[in-house]
Amino acid sequence: MPDLSPVSIARPTGTRVSRVLGIASLVGIVWLVVFGLFLSPNDATQKAGVRILYIHVPSAWLAYLAFIVTGISSAAYLFKRTRSLTWDRIAGASAEVGVLFMGVTLVSGSLWGRISWGIYWTWDSRLTTTAFLFVTYIGYLAVRGLGGTHQQRARRSAIIALLATLEVPLVHFSVKWWRPLHQQESVAEGKLNGLMLFTLFVGIIAFTLLYVWLVLHRQRVLAMEDALDDQGLDTALAERRAEGAQI
Amino acid sequence: MLASMGVSEQTPYVIISYVVTLGGIAVFAWRMLARARKIAPQVSEEDRPWT
Repeated sequence: MPDLSPVSIARPTGTRVSRVLGIASLVGIVWLVVFGLFLSPNDATQKAGVRILYIHVPSAWLAYLAFIVTGISSAAYLFKRTRSLTWDRIAGASAEVGVLFMGVTLVSGSLWGRISWGIYWTWDSRLTTTAFLFVTYIGYLAVRGLGGTHQQRARRSAIIALLATLEVPLVHFSVKWWRPLHQQESVAEGKLNGLMLFTLFVGIIAFTLLYVWLVLHRQRVLAMEDALDDQGLDTALAERRAEGAQI
Repeated sequence: MLASMGVSEQTPYVIISYVVTLGGIAVFAWRMLARARKIAPQVSEEDRPWT
């Protein structure tokens, strides 16, 4: 029997934990905007352009994390001992959020490129591998949308996700292996310090909390969609049986 | 005059990158929650074990 209470319908995927996470993410984002746009200093060489770093780097890292979680969840589904459609839904939800973060990474990176290099796009190794990763996961999501049972969907998309995960280290290490136009890792090389490093840290924490919140809700929406599909299938089967009984 | 206000020619690119990033995430979250609200009345409580 569907629960039609006002609270349940107004926040159908919400729990106390998810609300705390949502509020913490929102506070983190406000902090990020305040520090990123107003309180952190301009860079000596990049000037105000450095402020894009505080959203570009966290969104890129979160896209990596999302795709790795998709890979791990897919592996968990393929193992017989841990096989559950919950893993498949976490994989799907994480991939969707990863595509979102990768998309905004490409946009913010291209705007940063316009400031730093004078062009929005160039086919260097980091940008090309990132675009390829983005398209791969769009393909993964398209495959998830193909027909079949939930188990068929889970199995075929898990195999694709495991293959796609191999691209993540390729993108990450592309700046070391091919020496592209894209800059090396600023944090690892100690180019950031003080307030700039703190602002980047705030961005990474805020985006990580946001990622957990988004995946939590999205996988619950996917669970409800699967339940609706099952209800539709049960109804269709019952109708077919009724037709058969009449004949 | 704009420079004295702290606005450089890079500022529009910075603002657009923040708007696109945070706006994109907000649109995704809003659509996701709207979808949840739309289908929740059709799903039984047993299929929503987190509630």
